[in-house]
Amino acid sequence: MQVYEAPLRDMRFVLEELWHDDGFGNIPALEEFDSDLMNAVLEQAAKFSQEVLLPLNRSGDEEGCQHENGVVRTPAGFKEAYQQFTQDGWAALSSDPEWGGQGLPERLSKLVEEMTCSTNLSFGMYPGLTHGGVGAIAKHATDDLKNTYLPKMVSGEWSGTMCLTEPHCGTDLGLLRTRAVPAGDGTYKVSGSKIFISAGEHDLTDNIIHLVLARLPDAPEGVKGISLFVVPKFIPRDDGTPGPSNGVSCPAIEHKMGIKASATCQMLFEESTGWLVGEPNKGMAAMFTMMNNARLGVGIQGLGIGEAAYQSAVWYAKDRVQGRSLAGPKYPDQPADPIIVHPDVRRMLMTMRANNEGCRALGAWVARALDAERHADDPEVRQRAEDFVALMTPIVKALFTDLGHENANLAIQIYGGHGYIRESGVEQYARDARIAMLYEGTNGIQALDLVGRKLGAHLGRYLKSFFHPVSEFIEANKGDGPMKPMIDGLEKAFGALQLSTATIAQKGMADPEEAGAAATEYLRLFGLVAMGYCFARSTLLSGMKLAFGAEDKAFYNAKIKTATFYFERILPQVSAHFLAIKAGKKSMMALADDAF
Amino acid sequence: MKALVPVKRVIDYNVKPRVKADGSGVDLSNVKMSMNPFDEIAVEEAIRLKEAGKVEEIIAVSVGPAKAQETLRTALAMGADSAILVETDEEVEPLAVAKILKAVAAEVEPGLVILGKQAIDDDSNQTGQMLAALMDLPQGTFASKVEVDGDSVSVTREVDGGLETVKLSLPAIVTTDLRLNEPRYASLPNIMKAKKKPLETKTPADYGVDITPRLKTTNVSEPPVRQAGVKVADVDELVAKLKAMGVA
Ligand SMILES: Cc1cc2nc3c(=O)[nH]c(=O)nc-3n(C[C@H](O)[C@H](O)[C@H](O)COP(=O)(O)OP(=O)(O)OC[C@H]3O[C@@H](n4cnc5c(N)ncnc54)[C@H](O)[C@@H]3O)c2cc1C
Ligand SMILES: Cc1cc2nc3c(=O)[nH]c(=O)nc-3n(C[C@H](O)[C@H](O)[C@H](O)COP(=O)(O)OP(=O)(O)OC[C@H]3O[C@@H](n4cnc5c(N)ncnc54)[C@H](O)[C@@H]3O)c2cc1C
Repeated sequence: MQVYEAPLRDMRFVLEELWHDDGFGNIPALEEFDSDLMNAVLEQAAKFSQEVLLPLNRSGDEEGCQHENGVVRTPAGFKEAYQQFTQDGWAALSSDPEWGGQGLPERLSKLVEEMTCSTNLSFGMYPGLTHGGVGAIAKHATDDLKNTYLPKMVSGEWSGTMCLTEPHCGTDLGLLRTRAVPAGDGTYKVSGSKIFISAGEHDLTDNIIHLVLARLPDAPEGVKGISLFVVPKFIPRDDGTPGPSNGVSCPAIEHKMGIKASATCQMLFEESTGWLVGEPNKGMAAMFTMMNNARLGVGIQGLGIGEAAYQSAVWYAKDRVQGRSLAGPKYPDQPADPIIVHPDVRRMLMTMRANNEGCRALGAWVARALDAERHADDPEVRQRAEDFVALMTPIVKALFTDLGHENANLAIQIYGGHGYIRESGVEQYARDARIAMLYEGTNGIQALDLVGRKLGAHLGRYLKSFFHPVSEFIEANKGDGPMKPMIDGLEKAFGALQLSTATIAQKGMADPEEAGAAATEYLRLFGLVAMGYCFARSTLLSGMKLAFGAEDKAFYNAKIKTATFYFERILPQVSAHFLAIKAGKKSMMALADDAF
Repeated sequence: MKALVPVKRVIDYNVKPRVKADGSGVDLSNVKMSMNPFDEIAVEEAIRLKEAGKVEEIIAVSVGPAKAQETLRTALAMGADSAILVETDEEVEPLAVAKILKAVAAEVEPGLVILGKQAIDDDSNQTGQMLAALMDLPQGTFASKVEVDGDSVSVTREVDGGLETVKLSLPAIVTTDLRLNEPRYASLPNIMKAKKKPLETKTPADYGVDITPRLKTTNVSEPPVRQAGVKVADVDELVAKLKAMGVA
């Protein structure tokens, strides 16, 4: 059964307790968002997600989107839910107040996003894509375009898409063929076909605003010849209402493994009028400015599913009775013990729990950096925050989505054969979670981004934004206290990270294939260390809270127990990844292509 | 006219309450608390009356601990205009609440006081009726429909035999039943605005009300665990069993 209650206590922990000394200092611009207000927002978001979005998750999966004569219908209930979502202002959560947004800090809106992803990943795609479009227009478009599109897109009245992928180009956008020809009046005629366009066509809004990557007639080959255009489904009239149709059509939608209530569309542009966003041939750069946020958002999708899978599994593990505890019957009045007594089931539940709490804590830290990057007064702090976000973005995207999928698989395992059956609800989580490892740059590409772009950038400057706080923390908390085993464990894992970094830097310089061969393992190792740091901080803080007589003993005790499990049973994976990285590319590349 | 809407902070309706080990009451530590659902309906009804132009101003009031501010903020986020917290950490019985509300109403001078018919924690179902008696005002309890027309209000009541409609002259007291309306979700902009709406804090003493309990709780215990049922083969067996149990 799909069970979900927003983990508000842990959310408040990462929002208000864990990172108060995050190194980015006080941000005056965010002071109006005090604890009471953030709590009120979290509670209402929880209510909305649980009561409106969750009930549509299974039904949306069963029904899917329907395509008929070029028109796409979302599953029953989606339209009403979307209307309520936008009317209640959730679409405009973190957008700029200048365009009608609520301007909430990222540290808060990422938690709200997590709830949306936990309760209905498909639904979240529609506002999510719009948000991406808003980012690109706000940053790069002319004032005219901003005035025409931003108010309606920020409110959610019109939705947006990102049209990058074509049949012959996904990862390698340099191969892109869609053309844009100047029409002579400052606009362009955009022609070409795109595939896999999320929310490309649907019945939720009156207009759909496509952000399309295309080539100008004399553009250079490859990624340096790509420009970005706004192409509306209906060209807005002067009064702001949707006007004539613009040669944009949806010949078909994909039938896919998961997120079935999110329409994944083939799109055809036939001499559609487009407006240039940013400079000619600088489309990739314009796209990339919002890529960080979109990739973090996809990471949150992984965490969201991971949490929903965990809660559904806990419910089942307490309900299902099967076998007796190895330590002797624990519930003698029942025909068997609930499976939560079995060590192997515990292994799975604790792994899921640790994955979620570790990712949530790490995500909260990165979200604070996003806030600091935007709002901190001190330029030095803004720079450091930006470095940190750039470094952690591929890690959050790939690590969170890998672990989210792992959690969904573990939930199926805990349900036994029932997990494989549709009615149980948990196999949907595995199907839905799977996409997050693929789109917005596959997880393999994230790893390449980390080793290829982020490590070496500015002579390793990005790395400092993570390495410094971690080594300071280890130095400050060394010694014979209750934290000793954890600090020792963290120090060892951190050492492995530093060594791997040096190895990759060295070997990769001479042979880029070496860096490519190490990338995925290195990203995971990095992520494991980052989560370890989060858990060590959490433990230290929880210990202090308990020592000072905090009311919420059960929460802090559980936090320490989960952290201890993480350090004893998950963090040691670092050693295996380290050995694999050290071994290098040889055995990986030894077999000739035609020997496969 | 103004509408006064009392709201109570209670254990959330989704939470399974646990009794304290010493039997002195329900364990509320680290338990999710929310606005009493019947009070949510009362707030919603007041907002609808305001949207229909029948009410100009909505004042939410709560008697309870400092944390009840959150409950008032929820009412403000839904659409109430201002709030009053009468702060006390003591247990307040319905009569004391009614006396405090009477004193608040004397200052606010509402045309309507809309209360939940009962709170889901103690299920007293008394405060509205006591308030009507203390203020000597007409009352329409268990409302499933409320229509304000000039200086009167028609209240359709859910009674055992069906529905009964009473017409009351204003000012009047109304208590809400479950089917009156479906409360709205607070929108994000309204949550943000709620922060800036006035919230005044008072104490029972400010109103000269003595809240000393008149009842003494001797013991609180969990309801007995339901026994497993039995399957009967046919109607005859069912009737026989019911007879044997003395219920038919
Ligand atoms: C449900 C869904 C929704 C989508 N929504 C959108 C959308 O809204 N807008 C949009 O534009 N696109 C969208 N996409 C497309 C998505 O972003 C691409 O599928 C993704 O970028 C991968 O491209 P591809 O499928 O062509 O795979 P390929 O690029 O063919 O990759 C195949 C494999 O090769 C690996 N690979 C490729 N190149 C390299 C390299 N240089 N080094 C190492 N490994 C490499 C990849 O990691 C992958 O494992 C969506 C896709 C799906 C399935
Ligand atoms: C598609 C499909 C085809 C099938 N075909 C057949 C068939 O042809 N014939 C047939 O008879 N059955 C069939 N089954 C049933 C299948 O063999 C069972 O689902 C499987 O044995 C698991 O039992 P369960 O589903 O009751 O899970 P449960 O026994 O309830 O297990 C739930 C979870 O608890 C764990 N667990 C349970 N007990 C313990 C313990 N003592 N210690 C530690 N962990 C424990 C399990 O490992 C699992 O993770 C089929 C199932 C499916 C889904």
